[in-house]
Amino acid sequence: MGELVAEKHAAYIINVEKKKDSIESVLMEHLRINGAYWGLTTLDILGKLKAVDQETIISWVMSCQHESGGFGGNMGHDPHLLYTLSAIQILALFGKIETLDSDKVSNYIASLQQEDGSFSGDIWGEIDTRFSYVAISSLALLQRLDKINIEKAVKYIVSCKNLDGGFGCTPGAESHAGQIFCCVAALAITGSLHYVDKDLLGWWLCERQVKSGGLNGRPEKLPDVCYSWWVLSSLIMIDRVHWIDKEKLVKFILDCQDKENGGISDRPDDAVDVFHTYFGVAGLSLLEYPGLKAIDPAYALPVDVVNGIFLR
Amino acid sequence: MHGRPRKALKPEEEAALTEKAKQLLVLQSQVLSNHQLKNYTKEAVDLSAKLLGINPESYTAWNYRKLAVQHNLNQIESDPDSIKKIWDEELRVVESALRQNFKSYGAWHHRKWVLSMGNSSLDNELHLLNKLHKLDSRNFHAWNYRRFVTASMNRSDLDELKYTEDMVTDFSNYSAWHNRSVLLSNLLEKKVEGFLSKEQVLPNEYELIHQAIFTDQDDQSGYIYHLWLLDQTVRDTSPLLVSSWPPHGSLVFPFGDQSLKSSVASPLTSIHHDLSALPVILCFNQAVKGVNSNTVVVKSTLCTNEDLIWKPLVANSSRTGKVWFTHLKFPDLRRQSVEKCLVEVHIGENEGIISSSGICCASSQFTFRVAVQPVEVEETDRQCGEIISWNDEHFDMDEANLDNLNFGFDQLSIENDSELNSCTWQAVAVAGEIECFRELLAVIDCKYAKLTLARLLKAHDRLIFPSGNKASHSDEILDLYRELMKLDPSHSQLYKDEHSLVFLQKMITNRESFRRCCFQYKGLNSSIEGFPTCVRFNNLSLSRIGSFEKLLWVQMLDLSHNELRSIEGLEALQLLCCLNLSYNKIRSLTALEPLRQLKSLKVLDISNNEIGSHPIDTTRHLCSSPLSHSVGTEWKSDGNVDISNFWESYFIFKGMNLIQLDVSGNAIAYENFKLFLIKVMPELKLLDGEKLH
Repeated sequence: MGELVAEKHAAYIINVEKKKDSIESVLMEHLRINGAYWGLTTLDILGKLKAVDQETIISWVMSCQHESGGFGGNMGHDPHLLYTLSAIQILALFGKIETLDSDKVSNYIASLQQEDGSFSGDIWGEIDTRFSYVAISSLALLQRLDKINIEKAVKYIVSCKNLDGGFGCTPGAESHAGQIFCCVAALAITGSLHYVDKDLLGWWLCERQVKSGGLNGRPEKLPDVCYSWWVLSSLIMIDRVHWIDKEKLVKFILDCQDKENGGISDRPDDAVDVFHTYFGVAGLSLLEYPGLKAIDPAYALPVDVVNGIFLR
Repeated sequence: MHGRPRKALKPEEEAALTEKAKQLLVLQSQVLSNHQLKNYTKEAVDLSAKLLGINPESYTAWNYRKLAVQHNLNQIESDPDSIKKIWDEELRVVESALRQNFKSYGAWHHRKWVLSMGNSSLDNELHLLNKLHKLDSRNFHAWNYRRFVTASMNRSDLDELKYTEDMVTDFSNYSAWHNRSVLLSNLLEKKVEGFLSKEQVLPNEYELIHQAIFTDQDDQSGYIYHLWLLDQTVRDTSPLLVSSWPPHGSLVFPFGDQSLKSSVASPLTSIHHDLSALPVILCFNQAVKGVNSNTVVVKSTLCTNEDLIWKPLVANSSRTGKVWFTHLKFPDLRRQSVEKCLVEVHIGENEGIISSSGICCASSQFTFRVAVQPVEVEETDRQCGEIISWNDEHFDMDEANLDNLNFGFDQLSIENDSELNSCTWQAVAVAGEIECFRELLAVIDCKYAKLTLARLLKAHDRLIFPSGNKASHSDEILDLYRELMKLDPSHSQLYKDEHSLVFLQKMITNRESFRRCCFQYKGLNSSIEGFPTCVRFNNLSLSRIGSFEKLLWVQMLDLSHNELRSIEGLEALQLLCCLNLSYNKIRSLTALEPLRQLKSLKVLDISNNEIGSHPIDTTRHLCSSPLSHSVGTEWKSDGNVDISNFWESYFIFKGMNLIQLDVSGNAIAYENFKLFLIKVMPELKLLDGEKLH
């Protein structure tokens, strides 16, 4: 079956960071800060975070911040909630959240809450429950959740609940594992998991496991390693992960590795990337694969990082 | 990032890509630079179109274009042709971007932005959407955008419903079914002509599903929609009170002193530990809100109704729950002689108790009496010093109490009219579906069909016997789950959980089998004074527990030697004082969250579980802690306790009143942990069998 070639994956991530001129890197330069979060969290789960130059990274992250307080995906890009969360998460990994002016950042985030409790991603008004999660998670990590109307935020998320117990991007939108993760995690962080019908959603989620052992994101779609995170973390947050076959999923993730060059892909024998490497390793952590640091399913950061912020 | 094959590139391919990357990098820098400099000339704007045609994910370019449009609209005269030209260009750029990636959030949002400025037509947009849906009927961006367009342009829900019906002729279309459910819900809610009631609408939907399922038995989309239809069919039944403690017609002995006991004392209502107040517990058949001293009126000399505070038994602030409770305080219960005070509880005295579907609770009432004791009698405090042991030799079949138990079981549930229930349109519809699926399963062996049949049978039982007194389909349901465990082993734990629930329910609703689970506990020297009836559900391979409405009276419960990973729902057993969870599969302390609400719990055995063996805690966010922002800041003031290593123990055990605890046989049970427990629970007298000072 194989094993996790941890050393190779760590080396792959460190190399990818250096190759700023590859076509993949250029196509994704607008979300480089997300990429940094994926890469660094993976390294931390593998116990290899010390291999990077913390100061250079932090200094680059701060250069992505705007006067509004929000962060862009890379230098020169406009601020947006998605990149603001990654910035906060990266600083959290290094234990350096105090580098931020938490009030400034949280004011930017809070300013994006709408009348109905939803959040727009930036000043251009796209509404999506992904942004609800990002806002809530960011503010929680900054310990400034009280800056938003939590009750309304929760109400909006609940209004996106569907017939199958899942959640979509906006009210009436089809359930999708990525959105479900965002909504369930946001509800978890705000102590609102009682709004989730755990048996109903748990069944829908466990049915994402297909014959190969991999998980898809919604009915009749292909399995993909990234759903090993979104479906799995959702199942864990509602205590229904025992409803899937964990061993088969481990095998599927391990089969998606490039054992020669490092990195993990969406499906066996596809091209690897940092995104899927992170979700594969994070998924294995949730499956208690030996030798990996435990990751928190709601905050998507190592448990010791999260505990350090909330339980001191 | 998805679906690209892994293969080493040839040198020419490598070189071509490097060149492409270089050019793209230059283009991106130019666009960003124009954005910084607010350069909105035609050349600059065209560059952004070029970029978005190659990389529609470069979101700042979409922002730039919006600013450019706003700027250029200000520059030109209000000439409708020039204005249209500007907007048409935006629509063209979006289409070109979508061709590159029709899942691009940025592209779709840009089109929405153009539309919200009033710059396209319904026909135009539907034309684009229909084209895209032919290519990929599951593209949720397109469905979402479709919803946006039809709402802003007032296209009727009925027309859209027809569209989904056409789409579901391609039966494997979950997106279409989903959208259909949204449209139907809206039409029913708005009571549009032809959609006035579910009774009118649902039969046709069931028919559509039958067509889908009979065409392709393994397509799960249809079955998921069927589950929703079933839920829509059963959910509007009126909430009812299905059980209470104290039970109707009972006589409660609320004090530990046994000298008052006569042969009339029922194990269901003799309290064997000291309660500071008498709990009154209401159990409904579905979650309700609005239970308060106005909607539930308690008439008694023991208390003032207006003083009573009713709370749902939930660990959150939602004010909704299946189980509600209050406490009757005993201000002045010591009388000169034994008296039996009457208490009447009137449910639904005034309207206000409603289910989540907004249906009012049926009104009902029950009465009980409370025996108060004379002043001179002293209370015995049995709990001092005697260890509770769970070994078999301490349990006798409860022969002496057989009659009392029978009497008690009769009182436990509030009867409902099952003949009437079987004639409702809901029961008839469900019965029809049951027939249909039994027929289907006679010819094929399909996992989804079996699961659906099991759910239909359960729903039917609940409709006919809402108080859960009987369940006529239990055996068939248990067989189905056993078959499913073999047919679909990946999901066997799900089927096992369901099987456990039905198995336990069957055992409890059968008076004979339930009585065989009731034992008299014998203490030291075989004394039975002061010990309650113990319900023993051990060695039953239970992976999950339920049927709490029948167990509200239980004070001592043995669930050892099962496969329990969760005790969700156990908080309903408010009278519980002794609980054995040893030899189960509990993986973390946070799983014990329900116990925090059991204020009478004194003796707990969680030995030989898996606590401390798992790095991943599946109930981490289901317990009240700072991680879920569900505790106030009071905990921080407890400065002398360093909780960083044992935060779970702190939040779970701190509020509990245990005097005896067993944790051995868990990986977590090492010295420091036990020391921490002693610190957090100063009242604890026995830990792992050792007396503490």
